[in-house]
Parts: sequence; structure tokens; C-alpha cells
Amino acid sequence: MSENLIVPTMAEMMAQGKQPDVLFWVGCAGSFDDRAKKITKAFVKILNRANVSFAVLGTEESCTGDPAKRAGNEFLFQMQAMTNIEVMNAYEVKRIVTACPHCFNTLKNEYPELGGKYEVLHHTEFIKALLNEGKLAIEGGQFKGKRITFHDPCYLGRANNTYEAPRELIQKLDAELVEMKRSRANGLCCGAGGAQMFKEPEKGNKDINIERTEDALETQPEIIAAGCPFCNTMLTDGIKHKEKEASVKVLDVAELIANAQDL
Amino acid sequence: MNFLDNIFFALLLAIGIGYFTINVKKLIRNINLGRDVNRSDNSSERWKNMTMVALGQSKMVKRPIAGFLHIIVYVGFVIINIEVIEIIIDGLFGTHRVLSFMGVFYDILIGSFEILAFLVLVAVIVFWIRRNVTKLARFTSSDLKGKPKNDANYILYFEMVLMSLFLLMNAADLHLQNLGIGHYNQAGSFPISQFIAPIFNGMSESLVVVIERIAWWLHIIGILIFLNYLYFSKHLHILLAFPNTYFADLNAKGKLDNLESVTNEVKLMMDPTADPFAAPANPDAVPAKFGASDVQDLNWVQLLNAYSCTECGRCTSSCPANQTGKKLSPRKIMMDTRDRLEEVGKNIDLNKGVFVEDGKSLLNDYITTEELWACTSCNACVEECPINISPLSIIIDMRRYLVMEQSAAPTELNNVMTNIENNGAPWQYNQMDRLNWANEE
Repeated sequence: MSENLIVPTMAEMMAQGKQPDVLFWVGCAGSFDDRAKKITKAFVKILNRANVSFAVLGTEESCTGDPAKRAGNEFLFQMQAMTNIEVMNAYEVKRIVTACPHCFNTLKNEYPELGGKYEVLHHTEFIKALLNEGKLAIEGGQFKGKRITFHDPCYLGRANNTYEAPRELIQKLDAELVEMKRSRANGLCCGAGGAQMFKEPEKGNKDINIERTEDALETQPEIIAAGCPFCNTMLTDGIKHKEKEASVKVLDVAELIANAQDL
Repeated sequence: MNFLDNIFFALLLAIGIGYFTINVKKLIRNINLGRDVNRSDNSSERWKNMTMVALGQSKMVKRPIAGFLHIIVYVGFVIINIEVIEIIIDGLFGTHRVLSFMGVFYDILIGSFEILAFLVLVAVIVFWIRRNVTKLARFTSSDLKGKPKNDANYILYFEMVLMSLFLLMNAADLHLQNLGIGHYNQAGSFPISQFIAPIFNGMSESLVVVIERIAWWLHIIGILIFLNYLYFSKHLHILLAFPNTYFADLNAKGKLDNLESVTNEVKLMMDPTADPFAAPANPDAVPAKFGASDVQDLNWVQLLNAYSCTECGRCTSSCPANQTGKKLSPRKIMMDTRDRLEEVGKNIDLNKGVFVEDGKSLLNDYITTEELWACTSCNACVEECPINISPLSIIIDMRRYLVMEQSAAPTELNNVMTNIENNGAPWQYNQMDRLNWANEE
């Protein structure tokens, strides 16, 4: 796979006197986590293919503050938020797309009151819009007829009532979308939210990601589709725990789209 | 003679309603111990929510069996209580079935009350079986042990007795009507109690009159006792579900509030022209503490939530932490908040209207940090609650206290926060490396 990613930064764009249509907010996981970086690249490939005028903040991006806020550190959250808002407002950002539902939720819901008012989209919504506008065409490719189940990220689903965009994309692949017994508003958390990703779970008799992985495996999927880098990690760990890596893959919706097109 | 009855009835009614009023005032006072939060916006959407969720029971039916049975009991309760109007008039003025002048309409009313009473009786028995025989997990978990379990059963017994008395009263009435006795004029239709009436065959008239009177009196006394039991019970939801859904948070569930007090301080820190020694514009606006360690630190909607909770446990049964054996139970968060609030309220009553420090708090004495740190903030509990209670908002406020007032976060989270502060990511990566992925193979 040749990697010719075109990833302009806001600073470069500005130096050329250009204003991109949309800011791609990569997020900490998307920037640093080896698994999540693949999702980031897959999404950039889609953006490149569709000739989207976008840019990233690069080294000017900093944590949205979501884990700090959910851990109870409102000070740190607001410091992060105001710093980020200052940067984005300086670049006159109007639209943001992100592949992380946690960044998505924070940017969309918690930044406006602090002075950061943007149109914020989850990458599945963004890709869906590209399809609708005819800027991108997808075919099933290698995923045609595959059994795919979608795990709703809490911060996309319940938190923001977005359930359909990722599902529509999976269906566009001519894949067989199978639902878990708990899905959409009833979806079970992967166990990572509320800053749990970064700590050992409290004492219990099971890990949440195992419980959720069992939900997914019940559907006998070939692929578990995720829409969040943290859910992805949790479910990938769950699959390893169940020793199913050989038969079940955990992939982000952006990866499904990019791989189907051999991007 | 009858005159005495009427006075006794009036007295009973006055005591019943009077004591209830005293407790409602206490309830309002306790809820107002919470911090202020503005929920007066967007009234049209609030009315819509209340109509759909409380009046229309839209979230109850997400679990169809419980939802269907609950609608029967709810509709039965509302409709049959129309009968109470007649009972009160009859009781006060010594009339008998005073509304029977409505003729056919009255027959329809009484007939439908009877059918509903029967359905309620059946539904309540099924509820009792679900709790005590088939033992649904959410009704047998440890947070319901003792008082809450008894409370739930008392309510069911109350309803069984009230409905039975209502039907027995009607049956005796029907029997006497058929005999054409005294003031038992022909009124009403009795689709259910007609099957009970034959048990009176062969009894003396005076005995049946006594049975009818006893059933009538016990029924209204039972209603008054039940009314006054509400304040001490989870059954308070029959009233509070309405304001609770009206005042519920309308924002996307993912949105946590931004603490304004923090915003002011952060702005001060980030503004190079700000004078840190300037007197605060409004000194009273500085909060005593960040986050919540006790009920007075929560806002009044959260306290209203606690009184409205009917302990159905849908939140807990959908909580990922609880399902995997963690200590957290969102229902317990609400029950603890109410118990502590009641304790604070009693403290105020005992100390002439002021709260005297009792060395206890909601945090630690009721809710442990282990419970708080088990939450994934997934919003399943908020989604599930049939009346839009948010246990999550209380959990977050208490975490805020732990972190901002006590620096008592789990070690791993302290590391995460240090990293975010130093290098803008929860992990220890240099911010300058943030774009490296674009050039990696």
C-alpha cells in the first residue's frame, strides 16, 4: 500500500493564504496510539480521494480535555478547552470533523459556552455526506457479503443520538449488517468512557470489554465495526482475550471504507 | 347520628390533608437546599417532555411487560380517583352516591372504575410475584435489602387492599340496591362486583349495611393513609414524576455542564491583562467548594431527582459497571442522595431551622469513592430512567469534589492529568510529535 498522504496543517494553509473547508481534529489517540493512527490514515485517504479541502492542527492540537472533565478535573478541562478555542478561533475554524466520539462530543457540546462555536461532525457523518454529495463512491470490495456488527460508541450514540450514519456506510459496502442484542440506545459501553480507559477497572467479577465482546461474538461476525479509537482498543483486547483474532477483526468504519476501495 | 359521622369524616379529611401538606412543605424546603440551576428556559419543550414521558409513559414501555402493567395501574389510579370526589362529598354531607344524578354517564363511570380496579388488582399481584416469587434481578440486588424492599411490598399490599375494599363496597352496595333498602338507590353498573355480591345472600340486611359501611370507611381511610405514606416512600414518584420530567436537562446527554466558577478563574489565569489582586466583582459568587461532597452542594433538580426515584432499578440493570460486578449502582446513588437529604432535613427540623454540622456527608458515609470511580459515564442509566433522572450528573459532581478539593483521584488518573497538563495528551508523548503519524509508514 503506497502511503502518499496529503496532510496539510492549518499553519501551512494560512501561510499560503488558504482557508480549508474543514478542520480534521485528529485527537490524542489518533495521533499517538499505534492502532488508532491506522484509523487516522484511513480517514485521510478518504479525504484525499474525495479531494476534500481540509487541514489538521498538527503540533498545535492539544487534548480536548474530555478525560480530565470526566475524571472531575474541571480546571484542567477548561484550560485545555480555552487554549484550543484560542487556536481554532485564530484560524477562523468553522467546521470540524473528528474520528473520536469523545473529542466530537466535547467540541460539539462543551466548547460553545466557552467561546468555541463550530459545526462538529463525526467522521462517519462526514463520509456519509461525501457520498450523498457524490464526492466519493464506494463499493463493497472485499467486504461484500461479510457479516459485520456495529458497536455504538456511547459518546456518538446515546450522548448525541447519532446511530444511523455508521450503519448506512456499512450497508453501502453490501455487507450483511447484523445487530447485537443490545444496540443503538441500548448499546453496552465498551468500558473505556469516563476516563476508565486510563485506569484499572474497579473491583468486579468481569471486565466490561469482555461482556461487550461476548455481545458482539454472539452475532457471529467476521468483522466488528467500531467508530471510536477507544472502543476499538477495548474490543480488540476482548477479541484477543477470547482468542478469536484469527476469525474476527475489529475495524473502524473509516478503515472499512478505505480498505474496500483499496485506498 | 349521621351528623357525627360527617364531623368525624371532616376531621379525618382535615388531618389527612393537613399532615400531607406539612410534609409537602418539608419536601419543598429540602429540595431548595440544593444549589440554584436555571431550568425555566424552553418551556414548550419541557411541557412536551412532561406530556410524553410522565403523562404518556413513553419510556416505561421500553420494557413492555412492566410498562404495560404499569400503565394499567397508572390509568387505574388516575381514573378511579375520580370516585374519591364522590366519596368526599358523600362523607361530608351524608349523601349516598351523590353523583348518580348523571344517570347513564354515572353507570359508565362506575362500570369503568370497577373494570380498572380489577385490572389494577391483577397487575399489582403480578408486580408482587415479579418481586417476591420470580425474583427479578433488579428487585433482589443488595441496594434494595431491608426498608426499600418492604416499602415496595407495602405499596403493593396497599393497592391490593384498596382495590379489594372498593370492589367489596360496591358489591355490598349492589346487594342492598337490589333489596331496595333505605337510601341505597339504584345507581351505577357493577360489571365486576356483581360476581362478588352473591356472597351476601342470606346475610341479614343490617350486617350487609355494616359491611358496606366498613368497606367504605376503610377505603377512604386507606386512601388518606396512602397519601401520607407517599412522603416516606418511593411511591412519591406518582406526584414528582411530573415536575421531574419538566425540569430535566434538555441538553444532549453527552454534555456536562461547564462550571462557571472555574471559567472565571481560568479566564483570569489566561488573560495577561487581568489584575489578579482586583476584588472579585461579586464576592458572593465564589462558591464554597468545587463539586459536591454533600447534598447541599448538588443542585435542586438533582435533589428533586432523588425524591422522584421509584427505585425500579432499570438504571442499575443497564449499568455496565454494575453488570460486571462493580459496586456502582446508579439507583443506590439516587437512594443515598434521598436518605442523606432526609437526614439533613431532620437535622434542620431538630435545630430550629438551621443545619448543625453532624460530621457526616453524602460522600463516604453514603456513597464511596469506589462506586464513583467505577462509572464509565456511558449514559445508559440516564437513557433508561423512565422519568429522566440523571444519576450521572451526581457522580460527576462528586468526582469533581474528589479531584478539585481533595486531589483524591486514582493514581493512574493523576498521571493522565499531569500528562495532559504538560504535553497535551493523556499519555506521555511530546506535543511536538503529534503529526508524526503523517510521515510514518
